Amino acid sequence: MYNSGKIIPGIIIFLAIVTFPFWSNAGKTNVKPEPKIDTPAIQQMPEGERKCIESKEFMKAGHMQMLNDWRDSVIRGGDRVFVSSTGKHYNMSLQNECLRCHSNKKDFCDKCHKYLAVKPYCWDCHIEPKENKS
Amino acid sequence: MSMDRRDFLKIAGITGLLGAGTAALSGRMPGALEAASTSPNSNALKAKQWAMVIDMRKFKTPDDYKKVIHACHSIHNIPDFGNPKDEIKWIWTDTFEHTFVGQEHEHISEAVKEKPFVLLCNHCEKPACVRVCPTKATFKRKDGIVMMDYHRCIGCRFCMAACPFGARSFNYRDPRPFIKDNNLKYPTRMKGVVEKCTFCVERLDEGLMPACVEACKDTKALVFGDLGDPASEVRKVLRENFTIRRKPELGTSPSVYYIVGGGENAG
Ligand code: SF4
Ligand code: SF4
Repeated sequence: MYNSGKIIPGIIIFLAIVTFPFWSNAGKTNVKPEPKIDTPAIQQMPEGERKCIESKEFMKAGHMQMLNDWRDSVIRGGDRVFVSSTGKHYNMSLQNECLRCHSNKKDFCDKCHKYLAVKPYCWDCHIEPKENKS
Repeated sequence: MSMDRRDFLKIAGITGLLGAGTAALSGRMPGALEAASTSPNSNALKAKQWAMVIDMRKFKTPDDYKKVIHACHSIHNIPDFGNPKDEIKWIWTDTFEHTFVGQEHEHISEAVKEKPFVLLCNHCEKPACVRVCPTKATFKRKDGIVMMDYHRCIGCRFCMAACPFGARSFNYRDPRPFIKDNNLKYPTRMKGVVEKCTFCVERLDEGLMPACVEACKDTKALVFGDLGDPASEVRKVLRENFTIRRKPELGTSPSVYYIVGGGENAG
């Protein structure tokens, strides 16, 4: 092989750089994000009714799709009331409804969004609540 | 280093398999909610075409203007940049000459000439802004309101060029630092979108009159109602008074009407 003196160290350096994220994180435990749901509004709900508007599983996987649908429904359709699958009525508003309970954006929204490195642009316009931890 | 065709194909094959494997691992969409549905608010105000009559006879002191403009600009988080170049305005004032272009003449009464006229988006029946928007970010609702969907606005400003009334403002800068008191119930806008008066859809949808109309409800300087309903208050005011609209010759058919008044409101 010609130039093996250069090629082999080259390959080794290349591999070292490419695999850097793996070995630099090796051994560290990667903590799963735990979004907090201990806000005053949620604490005040009676024990049995302490639920989000839909099941936790659905909200976890589908809240972004739901917010998109809400946006179209409110702005383009003028429908502002969401009737959940259990028949309850909610005001379709990120700022006034979701955040009324989840008033802890830093410990709720941001937890998973940071972990997954997604940057939703909701907060460019929708005003995030003043963190009111108590 | 030389490689024959066979080796090349082998490597290409392995790379392809790896790629397909990664793609299969990612992406699994959650199921949709079947039982959920949406509906309008039960006390939402409805109309065929919302319209407004601006009774200029009722605007007498600077305060009459201020309270109307403040009502709108404070609840809608309108920034104040302090310079006319970046200005954002939903409701503002201008001279007769600029408001009713072509209607001015040299013998017009001083009182009318000097008087500031109240301006806002006309929620035209045939809006020029809607025709040109390439993304349908601005559109006409069923009740005639010309609405903005900021999520869709790409900031091309075609609508600003098309609107003959200067009703639209562009966010050249991030408005957030320039909003004095945030109304936490209403969003702000971001840099790069166009905004304008929305006839307070968010209030109508909850059964409330527009903020500016409510601010002057003692004098009824602004009358709001359904143009499609002969019994509505706007239709009554239009029947009983002589009214004009801005630039009707352009064919956009504005839904904002003016009672200009004469010299009786001088001083
Ligand atoms: S006044 Fe301008 S912005 Fe408002 S609906 Fe008419 S054309 Fe569109
Ligand atoms: S600036 Fe926004 S609203 Fe205006 S025409 Fe372009 S996309 Fe439509």
